[in-house]
Amino acid sequence: MKQFAVLSALLLFCSVAHAQDAPSAPVKPEAPPVNTEDARMKALEQQVRTLAGEVALLRDELKELRETKSPAQPADQQVLLASSHPELGGLLSSPAPAPAQATQTQTFGGASGNAKLLNPDISLIGDFIGTAGHNTVAPSRSLEMHESELGVQAIIDPYARADAFISFGETGVNVEEAYVTFTSLPGGLLLKVGKKRADFGKVNTIHNHALPFIDRPLVTNNLVGGEDGIDDAGFFLSRFLPAPKDWFLEGSAELLRGDSADVFQASRRQDVSVVGHLRAYRDLTESTNLDLGLSYARGHNDLGSNFLTNLYSADATLRWRPLRRAIYNSFLFRTELVWSARDQLSAAVPNLFQTQHAFGMYSSAEYRVNRRWTVGGRFDRSGHARDARLTDSGFSGILTYWPSEFSQIRGQYRFGHLATSPTEFSNANELLFQFLFVMGAHGAHPF
Amino acid sequence: MLRILTKNPFIASASSLALVFALLFPVAGRADNKIRIMTATTDLASLAQEIGGDKVEVESVARGYQDPHFVDPKPSFLLKLSKAELLIVVGLELEIGWLPPLITQSSNPRIQVGAPGYLDASRFARILELPTGQVTRAEGDVHPLGNPHYWLDPDNGLRIAKGIQNKLSEMRSNDAAYFAQRYDAFEQRLKQSEQQWQAQMKPYAGRKVVTYHRSWPNFAEHFGLNVVGYVEPRPGIPPSPQHTVELIGQMKRDNVKVIMVEPYFDLKTPNSIARETGAVVVVLMPSVGGEKEITDYFKLFDYDIAKLKKAFDETH
Repeated sequence: MKQFAVLSALLLFCSVAHAQDAPSAPVKPEAPPVNTEDARMKALEQQVRTLAGEVALLRDELKELRETKSPAQPADQQVLLASSHPELGGLLSSPAPAPAQATQTQTFGGASGNAKLLNPDISLIGDFIGTAGHNTVAPSRSLEMHESELGVQAIIDPYARADAFISFGETGVNVEEAYVTFTSLPGGLLLKVGKKRADFGKVNTIHNHALPFIDRPLVTNNLVGGEDGIDDAGFFLSRFLPAPKDWFLEGSAELLRGDSADVFQASRRQDVSVVGHLRAYRDLTESTNLDLGLSYARGHNDLGSNFLTNLYSADATLRWRPLRRAIYNSFLFRTELVWSARDQLSAAVPNLFQTQHAFGMYSSAEYRVNRRWTVGGRFDRSGHARDARLTDSGFSGILTYWPSEFSQIRGQYRFGHLATSPTEFSNANELLFQFLFVMGAHGAHPF
Repeated sequence: MLRILTKNPFIASASSLALVFALLFPVAGRADNKIRIMTATTDLASLAQEIGGDKVEVESVARGYQDPHFVDPKPSFLLKLSKAELLIVVGLELEIGWLPPLITQSSNPRIQVGAPGYLDASRFARILELPTGQVTRAEGDVHPLGNPHYWLDPDNGLRIAKGIQNKLSEMRSNDAAYFAQRYDAFEQRLKQSEQQWQAQMKPYAGRKVVTYHRSWPNFAEHFGLNVVGYVEPRPGIPPSPQHTVELIGQMKRDNVKVIMVEPYFDLKTPNSIARETGAVVVVLMPSVGGEKEITDYFKLFDYDIAKLKKAFDETH
C-alpha cells in the first residue's frame, strides 16, 4: 500500500517535472542562429519592428489629438484632416456626438496587458438564504448569509494556473477549493493538485451558487456528505480517452487524503480515498446534447481504518439550448443515482460487522422561459447511509429571476417526507428564498 | 474480506495506474502538414482561411448566428481544441464566460494563454469605446478593455489578417512566402470591395440609427453611421419599458428610422418600437455564417450593407 502511494507520487512528480523541462514553444522551436552575425541581424530586425510599431502608435495618437480638436477648426481643414475617411466628413460636421456613448478613445490592442497588470481575477459571490415553514427533522435558520465565496484565479506560469475559492460563512471560513492545474503535461494529461471538489457525479462538483436549486438534493445530504460533499486534498488527474466517432470520453482518477465531510475519514495516513469518474458526452444536434457519467469513490469512514465506504453513481443530463435563442430559452433534465455501501457495526447485534446498502436519487428539470425567468422542479428519494431502512423522499418547485447576469433571486417550495424511524415519517413543508450577487471578475458559466 | 480490501493496493493506486495507461495512448500525429487552427468566432476563422489557404484547417467554436458572449463550453469542443496548433481569440473579455475553461481543460500546452499558439486578435485591431474613469456594472455588462465587436470594420479585418499572416509565417517559415502572397491578394480584394461598400453607403453617411446591443461602433464609424441609442438600456440588460419609452421619444425627436438588431435577440421590443416610430427593424449579421449565404468575410459586409441600404431606402 505504502509503496504504491510513494510510486504514484513519484510518477506525478516526474510528469510535472517533465512538463516544465519541455520547451514552452513546442510548435516550431526556432533553430539556433548559425553564427553571431545572424543573431545580430535578427536582433536588429526585431528592434526595427518594435520601432515601427511605436511610430504607428504615435501617429495614431497624433491623429486622435487632431481629431478631438477638429470641431473648433474651420470646416475646410476638417475635411483635410479626416482625409483618410472622406465619407466621414459629413458626420464630423454634424452637431454633438451622442452623449451616452463611452469616450471614443482608440488603440491598437495592448490595453488588456496594461489594464490588468498582474493581479489575479478576484470575485466575490454572496449567497443569502431564507427559510420559512415547518421542518422538524433538519431545520435550517430563518435568515442567513449562507456563504460569501471569494474566488481568486490566475495563471501562475507558462505551465500552470491556479484557482482558489474561499467560502466565508457567517462565523467560519472554509477553503472550498484551492488548487493548481498543470496545463502543459505530456500525453494529454491534466493534473490538478490541491483541495478540490471531487469528480463524483454532477452535483458534487458544482458550487452552491451555480446549482439550479437553493438546497442540495436529499441524496447528497444522506449519502454524499451534504453541502461540502467529497471535497478533499489530493491529486486529480484526468485525460480524454479514445472514443467512438462523435463521442467524447474523459476519465479521471483522483487520490485524496480521505477526509470528506461525514462520508470519509482518515484515521491513519494510509487511509487515503480514491475517486474514479468516466464521462461520456455526445452532441445529438447543434442545440441538444447528452452527458453521461459513472463514478466510483472509496474511502474509510468514521468508525476506523477497517471500515470502508464505497459509493457508486450514475448520472445523465440532457440539455437543449437553441443557439439562436440561447439567452432566452433552454431546457435541462438531469438525474443522478447513488449507491452507498457502508461498513459498520450492527445497531441491533453487538459486535456484528455489517455493510449497509443504501440507494438514493434525484431527478431535476429546469426550463428557461425567457431572458429573466427560469422554472424548475426536482424529485428526491434517498435512503440513509447509516440505516438503509430509513428512506426520505420529497419534491421541490423552483422559480428563478435574473435582474442581470450578475444577480439572481430564487424561490423554492420544498416538500419532504422524512423518515424518523423505519415506520414513522415527518412531513416538512418549506419555502426557501435566495438572493445571489456577483462582484468582480466575470467567471465562466458552469456547463 | 475486509482485510484483503484494505491491503489490496490495486484500487488505492488507481491514479498511478491511470497515468501509466494514459501514457500508452499518445495524441495521434498527423500525416499532412496543415496547421490546425481553432478560432473563437467565425469571422476570425474566415480571416485565418483567407491567409492560410490550403495550408491550414480552420474551425470556429461559436457559430455565426450565436451570441458570442454566451456559448456553451461543450466537451465536443475540447477534442478539437486538444489537437489545435493555433487558437485565435477575439479577446477583450468577449469570450470570458466560456473560453477559459475550454482552454484549461483542453490540456493542450500549445494554445494556453501566452503560449505561442495563442493569438489574441484584438492586439492588432483598432479598439473603440475604451472606458475612461471608473468602470462599474451599474453600466451593465461593460467590457472594461474596450468594445470587442471590432471585426466589423474592414480596416481591422486587414490588420487582423496581417497579424495572422505573421503568426502563420512564424509557425511555418517554409510557407512564409505563400502566406505573404495570400495576404497581398486578400488586401487587394478587400480594397476593391471596400470601394464598392463605401460607394453603396455614401448616400447614407451620417444617418442616425439605433442598435440593439453595442455591437456596431466599428461598423458605424467605418461606414459613417451615427448610432444614437440602444434597445438595451445597458449592455447585457434586457429592454425595460421605461427605457423603451425614452428611446421612442428620442427616435421621434431625432427622426431615426432604422433599428439594427443582431440575429440572436428577440424582435418583440424592436418591432414595437418600430411600430411607434415608423422605423424599420433590420436584422444584420455581426458574423460570418449568420446566414447560409454569408460564407466569408467579404460576404458579411455585402449582406449587411445590402440590407441596410434597403432599409434606408424604404424609410426615406
